Amino acid sequence: MSPRHKRIRKILNIPLMKGFKPYGNQILQEEKRELITLYYEEYEAIRLCDYEKKNHCEASELMQISRPTFTRIYADAREKIAQALVEGKQILIEGGKVYFDSDWYHCSGCTCHFNNPNKEQDVLVCPLCGGKEIHKVEETKTGCVKRF
Amino acid sequence: MKVAITSTGNSLISKVDQRFGRCAYFVIYDTVTKAMEFIPNAGIHAEEGAGSAAVQLIASRKVEKIVSVEFGFKVKPLLDSLKIQMISIKGEHTVQEIIDMIEKS
Repeated sequence: MSPRHKRIRKILNIPLMKGFKPYGNQILQEEKRELITLYYEEYEAIRLCDYEKKNHCEASELMQISRPTFTRIYADAREKIAQALVEGKQILIEGGKVYFDSDWYHCSGCTCHFNNPNKEQDVLVCPLCGGKEIHKVEETKTGCVKRF
Repeated sequence: MKVAITSTGNSLISKVDQRFGRCAYFVIYDTVTKAMEFIPNAGIHAEEGAGSAAVQLIASRKVEKIVSVEFGFKVKPLLDSLKIQMISIKGEHTVQEIIDMIEKS
């Protein structure tokens, strides 16, 4: 029997950097250091839980996965980070089964819909007509943007 | 900043194409230099992968916004990861009208 397929995890943004490197004499002497690969979903789990201070249940809903799955990803992430910290290994953040999503807005001025690709900044005006009458399109329960 | 508009023809009076991946032409408008470029879409009759090919074309021109009507389900996550803004406009508009709207704002 084939294993159950993994549900695709939703993440907000890819991290700002590709990874982390340890420094200090002992480390530099030993050139051949193993890499630890932290997946994007693991990075996102750490970000939601420890940076945004969400609980596992809220975080799992944001990533469109079940609460137990989230807890497992989170545990893996902590294990990898701890291993890298103790053994002085490099962390490479890449890969994983993820997709990206953004918020959608509707402008009453020109009746257009648009999304906000830069999630750190809030949108205040419509990118097309510059109108200020914009409101966020609510997401449906399945996490998909409503068809229009 | 560069804006891409999907067009049904290669003139300013052409209507905005309803589909992103299989539109006839892409109009790339530069808001700084006011330069315009009409690019015929090679993927108009493609069986599949028209959207991804179109995204590659758009991304290679360093476009930041795309004006169209419908974006395919494969295109949305691609554009999200590339941080390109999607603008979906309802109704019939010509390319000239869209450019005027962008200029006014």
